[in-house]
Amino acid sequence: MNLKANSYRLRQDILDIVYRAKTGHIGGDFSVTDILNVLYNKQMNVTPENFHDPDHDRFVLSKGHSVEALYAVLCQKGFFPREDLKTVSQYLSKYIGHPNNKVNGIEMNSGSLGHGLSVAVGMAIAGKMDKRDYRVYVVMGDGELAEGSVWEGAMAGGHYKLDNLCAVIDRNRLQISGTTEYVMNQESQEERWATFGWHVISVDGNDVDALDAAFEEAKTVKGKPTLIVANTTKGCGVSFMENKAGWHHRVPTEEEYQQGMAELKEKEAAANE
Amino acid sequence: MNKIANKQVICEVLMEKAKEDRDVVVLCSDSRGSASLAPFADTYTEQFVEVGIAEQSLVSIAAGLAKCGKKSYAASPACFLSTRSMEQVKVDCAYSHTNVKLIGISGGVSYGALGMTHHSATDIADMASIPGLRVYLPSDRFQTRKLMEALYQDNDPAYIRVGRNAVPDIYTEDNCPFEMDKATVLGEGTDIAIIACGEMVDAAVKAAKVLNDEGISTGVLDMYCVKPLDTEAVIKAAKAAKAVIVIEEHTTIGGLGSMVCQVIAANEPRKVTCMGLPDAPVITGTSREVFDYYHLNCDGIVAAAKQLLG
Repeated sequence: MNLKANSYRLRQDILDIVYRAKTGHIGGDFSVTDILNVLYNKQMNVTPENFHDPDHDRFVLSKGHSVEALYAVLCQKGFFPREDLKTVSQYLSKYIGHPNNKVNGIEMNSGSLGHGLSVAVGMAIAGKMDKRDYRVYVVMGDGELAEGSVWEGAMAGGHYKLDNLCAVIDRNRLQISGTTEYVMNQESQEERWATFGWHVISVDGNDVDALDAAFEEAKTVKGKPTLIVANTTKGCGVSFMENKAGWHHRVPTEEEYQQGMAELKEKEAAANE
Repeated sequence: MNKIANKQVICEVLMEKAKEDRDVVVLCSDSRGSASLAPFADTYTEQFVEVGIAEQSLVSIAAGLAKCGKKSYAASPACFLSTRSMEQVKVDCAYSHTNVKLIGISGGVSYGALGMTHHSATDIADMASIPGLRVYLPSDRFQTRKLMEALYQDNDPAYIRVGRNAVPDIYTEDNCPFEMDKATVLGEGTDIAIIACGEMVDAAVKAAKVLNDEGISTGVLDMYCVKPLDTEAVIKAAKAAKAVIVIEEHTTIGGLGSMVCQVIAANEPRKVTCMGLPDAPVITGTSREVFDYYHLNCDGIVAAAKQLLG
């Protein structure tokens, strides 16, 4: 699979979902797309066929508001039919605005920030107890790092030396009220996590090759969990959405939808050349 | 007088299960001693997880373990478990539907003089209001064992509250009738029905004896299953009696009394007196002194019954 082109393909699905549903968190969806793309299409051993097998890799989307990106990836992976994407956030749909495990392919419900890391710690401890080879991945937002419970999980992950655990921060530097540095300073994540006993890797989080290399490196680390600071661009892929806090959860107008779709198709085509 | 606290029985049952079942996992938040779970931690080191003083991650980690096939038992003082971790209970246990049994130890006013930070006078209201979460307050060590054995058999989350100290036996080893989610009927009455849970069952039984001896026909329901409430038993007891007393080691707001009143008002209207803790920090004292101050004892129930009957 051409991962780079696929990221733009997935963003088109995400734009469709949000435009049709008239709700969603498109800015964070677009910053996290490359991370989910690499995880589901290159790194993780998880398919609709092995999802109930105890050895499959686990994934928790702690920044649950980026669920549209997860829906796009899971759908492409065959966890549910494309038709279902049309029901996202619609009356009586199981595809709600945050992850829930009534949807095939989703392990844990999220939406309230600061839960996923500790849940992933539990999954990783279970893997160690049972001597299973699966790995556990969790993606957090950078605004989410203000939640104290994140640091309880960080402490436990380091304490238990969970080298089967890999956490990713979608470091897009924007949250609903402005920059993370304005709302609550999140600089020096590398140092912060290192002092909690984590192996830290900092990469361009919208570069699929750099992400892939980081996940590969994480697999080689023994005796400590890995934290990948994925430096991303909020709204990545659509010029007028990039780095704009206003696109945290704005719904595009028809004109914006058409323009965004045209840009994404163009970028997909260029990546395929 | 019995000297075995209910929490010790929980440890015994979990050790028995852990011996046969390596998926039984106990988690503590620097609470293994207060939870009487040190023997488990020492014996089943591979099935024990210490998270430190971190009640939020205690519950999330328990849920993550459960999602991967473990039977998680997370034990922490009821005061912290029911409020500090409430959102983790709501999202990671109830909403995500994971097999986590939340053991709230030293519940109610067990910690006596340590103050409101250490009292769990609202845990029934807090935990029972979470969709899909069951709430149990066993009355004595024998019932605690039966309850824990029953809970081991299912895969749904639940909150179990027990006190800190040993409490008088209500049942015996050979005579502890138990049906899951059905109240235990400790006598039927045509004048007064007392519905109690947890440590208040002892006072209810003693009061019923006094009242029956005085010719006031009094029955007792041990409603260890606060949620799902045994509504059938409540209706039956109310129907047989002239008035109802509900007593609990909990604020009267949103606890067993509130739930019983909803059922009685809708099905079999009777006068109900709800006995419980006040909507305020309780007085300083041992749990016994606190109970006595608020008349949560045999004499208090007897007086309430007589007042109800006019």
